[in-house]
Amino acid sequence: MANGSKQIVDFAKIKATMADPYKHPVQVIDREGTVVDPEILAKYSDDQLVDFMKKMVWERTLHEQTMNFSRQGRLGFYAPTAGEEASEMGSVTAFKEQDFLLPAYRDLPQMIQHGTTVAKGFLWSKGHVEGSQHPNPNMIFPQIIIGAQYVETAGVALGIKKNKDEDRVAFAYTGDGGTSQGDWYEGVNFASAFQAPAVFFVQNNGWAISVPRYKQTAAETLAQKAVAMGVPSVQVDGMDIVAVHEVAKAARDFAVAGNGPVVIETLTYRYGAHSSAGDDPSRYRTKEEEKPWFDADPLIRLRKVLTDKGIWSQDQEDKLVADYKDDFKQAMKEAEAAPAQKVSDFLKWTYNVPTPAVKKQIAEFEAKESK
Amino acid sequence: MAKMTYIKAITSGLDQVLNDDPKTLIFGEDVGKNGGVFRTTVGLQDKYGEDRVFDTPLAESGILGLAIGLSLTGWRPIPEIQFMGFTFEAMDGIVGQLARDHYRFGGQKNFPVTVRTPFGGGTHTAEMHADNLENYFTSTPGLRVVTPANPYDAKGMIISAVESDDPVLFMENLKLYRSMKAEVPDEKYTVPLDSAKVVREGTDITIVAYSAEVNESLKAADALAKDNISAEVIDLRSLSPIDTDTIFASIDKTHKVVIVQEAQRMAGVGATVAADIAEEKIMSLDAPIGRVAAPDSVYPFAQAENDWIPNADDVEAKAREIFTY
Repeated sequence: MANGSKQIVDFAKIKATMADPYKHPVQVIDREGTVVDPEILAKYSDDQLVDFMKKMVWERTLHEQTMNFSRQGRLGFYAPTAGEEASEMGSVTAFKEQDFLLPAYRDLPQMIQHGTTVAKGFLWSKGHVEGSQHPNPNMIFPQIIIGAQYVETAGVALGIKKNKDEDRVAFAYTGDGGTSQGDWYEGVNFASAFQAPAVFFVQNNGWAISVPRYKQTAAETLAQKAVAMGVPSVQVDGMDIVAVHEVAKAARDFAVAGNGPVVIETLTYRYGAHSSAGDDPSRYRTKEEEKPWFDADPLIRLRKVLTDKGIWSQDQEDKLVADYKDDFKQAMKEAEAAPAQKVSDFLKWTYNVPTPAVKKQIAEFEAKESK
Repeated sequence: MAKMTYIKAITSGLDQVLNDDPKTLIFGEDVGKNGGVFRTTVGLQDKYGEDRVFDTPLAESGILGLAIGLSLTGWRPIPEIQFMGFTFEAMDGIVGQLARDHYRFGGQKNFPVTVRTPFGGGTHTAEMHADNLENYFTSTPGLRVVTPANPYDAKGMIISAVESDDPVLFMENLKLYRSMKAEVPDEKYTVPLDSAKVVREGTDITIVAYSAEVNESLKAADALAKDNISAEVIDLRSLSPIDTDTIFASIDKTHKVVIVQEAQRMAGVGATVAADIAEEKIMSLDAPIGRVAAPDSVYPFAQAENDWIPNADDVEAKAREIFTY
């Protein structure tokens, strides 16, 4: 044993201070609807703010309508999105059509905003190939294997860099649980190593099915994980659409300028179940936990700002909800009218050039299908 | 035409595809400046630049993610997984993602990725470097799995693999890298990805093998010939799909068959070939299907691997047993 009390390193102090840069999540409008950063808000015209509100009403209505459709047995796997409107609409609207979106399964609303149709979103949920064929080709299907979208994002971003596409980035989404995956680290690290233009979103909604955020990691924030990969990151109030949008736009600008990737953690909440397939949040969380998040609702706070400005009314919102519902019902009809799928087509798409065995199976199924 | 080792033939094929198609990219661990731990990509970074031939961070799943993402932006990726045992770290990338992606998009997007990876026993490697893991991949729809057994095929098949719009797992045999030399044309040529090849004609018994076991089977055929047993040896070359036409035509001639693999016996390529033969050609056989395979243990500790890997004697013994049935 050495004498003296001098420590060569103070791990306790390092541990206690490593989240210091993340003590104050970015915010423009607080939970009471008070504008805490008027300078940032002033950058947005009334029309832009109204458009944000419309998009959040659209997503909330989409959520409610999809829950109805699910109860009616008209959808397949569907991940509810209520509570995450500011995080999802605020972020996706910061990107351009040519940007490449790599979503996970809770990100159908962003896909629709980025250039596909509601009907195609429904078709993906129902399990139909047309749900993966989008008018805007700059997106892939919602990833099911959590983390895989992150490593692929690094590849898309590197491809963009190699193509010298100057005004284009890749952007991806996952949740709080997703940050525990090895692929999460590999994706962010690869994008960083290649200084490729990628923006990674972590929608921290508190829950990975039934496992709470604090059980995923002892790290105080998820954003700080990016530091280890040499990637700048930020925590943003995910119930504040203006703050999310502003941060996402800054991230895109940073990446497009050739500075490498960014990680953004949005602090949000999943109001409903993990999915429409039988998850029951009352098994693992309390009403007391939910209440403050419901009070922090992204629609409530922007509605207050817009109402105070005299540019939003309940009547206007009710009419929008009714219109959107009609749209969604129409989209469901469209989805339900999609042509029946054929096993022979599945076989044809398995390879570019079918193998002899697959060729034989195509013929067998075509014979059955023509009967 | 020059005599080339198996590994040089692969390098020559890679040089060809990098030269022909500016969208091809080679990347992986140590493939750049170092030219790969076996020097398969040696000189290519110098010739084509760091944009085309580059090192990645040490993470196999990341390498596959890179390949898929690069495909989505119009590139033709040729990632290397340094040893086949390391493909386990990229299992989702290869099996869960890459192999399914063309299907997922209803055929609208192509993923022309060639995953190169060395495998195969007999060189006393560390654990997880030599395993024959093809059976994990041959049960994957959407993925082609090929492995050349000689320098000529190695060059022709790597070119075909890269030119294919389907994802290909290209297995390179470690032991053959420098132990085998043959005439290889300098100019470009291709070898089909889905056809087996009769590498020795015979009339009495068919021996179906692939990779290093082709050489063992040829040695066995030499030994059998001394007793006037004429063995036909078929090199599968493609493990998925399997060219059953070539096998069936041979069986129609010999009416006897032995299937040889270096991999463990359980649920392997040999079992699939045996099932195909049993389904289609059982009435043409006048003896049971013979199989030669490694035993169903974990890949052996290096000092004992030559006791474990099936060799020419094992093939010869099984062929005699089936021939005299």
